[in-house]
Amino acid sequence: MLTETKVSGQLGNLYGIMAEFDEPESLLDAARRARYEGYQDMDAYSPMPVEGLAEAIGFRHSWVQRLVFTGGLCGAIGGFMLCWWITVIAYPHNVAGRPLNSWPAYVPITFELMVLIACITAVVGMLALNGLPEPYHPVFNVEEFARASRDKFFLCIEASDPKFDPEGTRQFLQHLNPREVMDVAP
Amino acid sequence: MKPEDQESTSVAMIDPGPDKVIGPGHDYGTVTDEIGGVVFRPFLKTPPQMFIGFACAFLLVNVLMIAVTWLFVRGVGVWGIAIPVAWGFAIVNFVWWIGIGHAGTLISAILLLLKQDWRTSINRFSEAMTLFAVACAGMFPILHLGRPWLAYWLLPYPNTMWLWPQPRSPLIWDVFAVSTYATVSLLFWFTGLIPDFATMRDKAGNPIAQKIFGMLAMGWRNSAKHWARYQRAYLLLAGLSTPLVVSVHSVVSFDFAVAILPGWHTTLCPPYCVAGAIYSGFAMVLTLAIPVRRWYHLEDLITMRHIECMSKVMLGTGLIVAYGYTMEAFMAWYGGGQFERYAFVNRVWAGGYWWTYWILILCNIVIPQLLWSRRVRMSILAVFVIALVVNVGMWLERFVIVVTSLTRDFVPSSWGMYYPTVWDWSTYLGTIGVFLALMFLFIRGLPAISIFEMREVVHETESKHAHRD
Repeated sequence: MLTETKVSGQLGNLYGIMAEFDEPESLLDAARRARYEGYQDMDAYSPMPVEGLAEAIGFRHSWVQRLVFTGGLCGAIGGFMLCWWITVIAYPHNVAGRPLNSWPAYVPITFELMVLIACITAVVGMLALNGLPEPYHPVFNVEEFARASRDKFFLCIEASDPKFDPEGTRQFLQHLNPREVMDVAP
Repeated sequence: MKPEDQESTSVAMIDPGPDKVIGPGHDYGTVTDEIGGVVFRPFLKTPPQMFIGFACAFLLVNVLMIAVTWLFVRGVGVWGIAIPVAWGFAIVNFVWWIGIGHAGTLISAILLLLKQDWRTSINRFSEAMTLFAVACAGMFPILHLGRPWLAYWLLPYPNTMWLWPQPRSPLIWDVFAVSTYATVSLLFWFTGLIPDFATMRDKAGNPIAQKIFGMLAMGWRNSAKHWARYQRAYLLLAGLSTPLVVSVHSVVSFDFAVAILPGWHTTLCPPYCVAGAIYSGFAMVLTLAIPVRRWYHLEDLITMRHIECMSKVMLGTGLIVAYGYTMEAFMAWYGGGQFERYAFVNRVWAGGYWWTYWILILCNIVIPQLLWSRRVRMSILAVFVIALVVNVGMWLERFVIVVTSLTRDFVPSSWGMYYPTVWDWSTYLGTIGVFLALMFLFIRGLPAISIFEMREVVHETESKHAHRD
């Protein structure tokens, strides 16, 4: 595994520059100021969800709920059609003269399949939108980053940002009172 | 680098009492270390109770293996079931186990939507309990099929016989309800674990553990964008699980309520079975949480507040169950049907199982009333004993519903008694072994308390203090 690399300022050798903070509030503040400064390609890392952090780094659209709605709808339609097709088309069976299309009896299966497909969509959709599983990511090259899953908070401004400039960005991050500012190898 | 070496502050592991959900002095690092420490403890430093407990559970797993092998060799005749009581222990245990699972989903989903702060340190644990209880439950209807190797016939799939399952039958609804419930419980549990897998990956000193947790974490890197989608997905899962948990036991109770047998054929069945399910589930969570918090010294994370809140939920759902019993008696009299009235009389004193009914009333209604007293709720031992009593009581309730109703149906010539055989008992005890063995492995191998949610609790507690100061 690559250890902490002190990459000196060339764009090609740098994924981004990362600042480490102690408290979620200081990370939130830093993210807002970076956004105000005009940075767009950045990500914030915290050991637990922090309210407002995603909005602060400019993340807006969440497709998860739309996917789940579509999944639920497909599940419900599929469940109902399955019951209908079995009882009316594939295996018509007269039970005490009741109509073949006995829709009230289809409700439990319709409901269960709606929940099933919606839940699978929620989890698979969330992972897919997040790009997971992802075997390699540059942020893990920073040794200190292991604490993002423990007790420290990180803001990473990525080199792909149009406003990114190794020296300027590093200075900007230094101004935010971080514990440390680190280069992230690609 | 090993993060745990740096600034690793030790926190006194004391119970902060009934007002707080977390002990004093905790920060993001200490909750991580304390919960992760349970998993990263050297093998031989595992509390001896865990070894003894696992050994007993594993013994019972072997009992199950023998019982199931014998069942496969000789058929369901090795059980005490016959006509009229064709359902016996298999269905009693199925309903009991399914019910136990319900508390897990209730804690993780409904209490999440209700923003209950005491949910956090017990949700992971009870979700695992749900999963294992549903696994035990799922075994019974399949073993009861007679030809368990043909269990896949229950599913609608194109086959050369051109036959389809009957979607108007509650037994097929059951297949969908239970398999959906098992899948959703697994998804909910696994989704909750992803960020904690990442924590374990970053914390692991052992390269093999690091690789395993790394694969399970799938590259989770605590990004704010990921958290945003994650929280949305988690909330949706909770919202979808909430009606699901109510539906599953309702569907299970339709197996009874849709039949015309007196004692089963009642609209009261679904709501009262759901309340009973939550009742028995909370009893099981308490039965498991109380010893574990003691063995691993987690008193500062699973505090008296958790125990007290769970006791209160148990008392509340117990009262709903008591209402169910009362209404059953009232409707037997008020409904005026002679079969319905006889079913009740038979259940309470005329039949061969009258004593099971009264032990059930004692266990489910009389003894839990002690929980009205704060002193009882504050006593760990008393709560533990009451939880055990409720577990027994709820099992008896399923027994009374299934067996006493079947022994006396409409025609006296077809009346009969049911006596469980040693194979009935060994299958039942065997599933308890499976359940406990899986719980012991889970507690030892995975973070049994949600670490990232405990960090949120720390954050909330800190900001509350900041506002007060």
